[in-house]
Amino acid sequence: MAPVLCANCKTERALIKRPKNHAKLCKACFITVFEDEVHHTITSSQLFYPGEKVAIGASGGKDSTVLASVLKTLNERHGYGLELVLLSIDEGIKGYRDDSLETVKRNAVQYDMPLTVVGYDELYGWTMDQVVETIGKKGNCTYCGVFRRQALDRGAKMLGIKHVVTGHNADDVAETVLMNLLRGDLARLSRSTSIVTGDDQSEVKRSKPLKYSYEKEIVLYAHHKKLDYFSTECIYSPEAFRGSARGLIKQLERVRPTAILDIVRSGEDMARLVPGDSPSSCACKGQNTASSAPVEDDIGGCGSSSGRTPGNEMAAMDKQLRENEAHEELEIDVAKAMSERKLNGSEKQRDLPIRNGNSASKGVARQVRGNCKRCGYMSSQDICQACMLLEGLNKNRAQIQI
Amino acid sequence: MSGATETAEIPITVDFSGGLEMLFDNQRRHSVSLPAVDANGKPATIAFLIDYLCKNLMQDPRAELFVLDNHIRPGILVLVNDADWELEGEEAYEIQPRDNILFVSTLHGG
Repeated sequence: MAPVLCANCKTERALIKRPKNHAKLCKACFITVFEDEVHHTITSSQLFYPGEKVAIGASGGKDSTVLASVLKTLNERHGYGLELVLLSIDEGIKGYRDDSLETVKRNAVQYDMPLTVVGYDELYGWTMDQVVETIGKKGNCTYCGVFRRQALDRGAKMLGIKHVVTGHNADDVAETVLMNLLRGDLARLSRSTSIVTGDDQSEVKRSKPLKYSYEKEIVLYAHHKKLDYFSTECIYSPEAFRGSARGLIKQLERVRPTAILDIVRSGEDMARLVPGDSPSSCACKGQNTASSAPVEDDIGGCGSSSGRTPGNEMAAMDKQLRENEAHEELEIDVAKAMSERKLNGSEKQRDLPIRNGNSASKGVARQVRGNCKRCGYMSSQDICQACMLLEGLNKNRAQIQI
Repeated sequence: MSGATETAEIPITVDFSGGLEMLFDNQRRHSVSLPAVDANGKPATIAFLIDYLCKNLMQDPRAELFVLDNHIRPGILVLVNDADWELEGEEAYEIQPRDNILFVSTLHGG
């Protein structure tokens, strides 16, 4: 085959075929376009303010490494005035996190950013190795996911930082949208699509600048920029690798690459139908009208709102999926609730009850935010999830010690 | 003379990254001498290379992490001399001497 020329500069050989629009680009043009699109997401969503201290949740993997690299580049190129630091979580899994933490340490030098590592052991008194020793491999992802979510926030608080960015990409968000759709959890689906989570009341906000970036392009960006990253799979969750939603997304991508961003946008549109806060943090297009489906502009375009819940939630979701199979009444419940509303007549569509996937059968309203009575961490219950899990763990430890 | 064509080999380098190294002896770069033609006498293509790698180079029994339904697993990118194989004809691309073929997984986390 004769070499294809770059559709942009028309001089260099094309090396990349973009999944979102099939554009064939050379290396230099691809890198520029990728960075420009992230810049567009950041500016149109007004993610940062000048002088803001931002912690990059860094695992040493491709996504967070690309995020750190791109943010450093954009911060310098466009004068964001950000103070960037790396924040890593050490779950305490021997043979897994060690190597990736070494990668993060190299990244800290390469990108000239200070690095802080916070460990589950210092935060919770338990390493994941000890958790697995106590409860077994089954269900350990639930613990890890709950602990990690808080760990990033707590790490940021320790540093006096109020904004954590994570490397969640479009594939991740699409995966979460699908999972929440399959669980019938519209409330979480809504939250999972927003680019920013946490509002003025929460102490630490989260955002996902790579929300519209394809995983494929992130890997290619890392490859062509020769970034130093580490690939690993958690030794405790081999089944997550064959993850169902993930496999589905990747198969869809092969048949129709635009499917990934389409799912993200569908998620955003559905989120707008969910009552309550759906912070339209992207000023890009008119989001408040669900009907005006924004046509993607050629620089990446934004939908409405924010991203995904913690990282390692596949296994937890799998578990909940299995549990939910038993709850067939959930379906009936919503249908009934809807028809009841219709009988009442006066209410608008926006007042439909939104279920939470893991709450049995009541049409649950949105969660009310408070603080955990034990640790003070933001929580919708009296005792936060982490403290609940810790209570169980500590009981077990006490028994073992006796 | 005919034996010479049958045993002709193409020297190439094959790279694995993004976690695929673990299936291939934890080694990123492999020098491979690929038979120039397949069993039917057709020129060696990437499809042939993938099959060849599974049979001859893979140390790990978990072939399904590399190949699904006789095709490369969705989520694994293939680069031919740094170019996306989608620009090169994908499985039908005919391997040339000194080609570098990179398999990089997007499926693994950090």
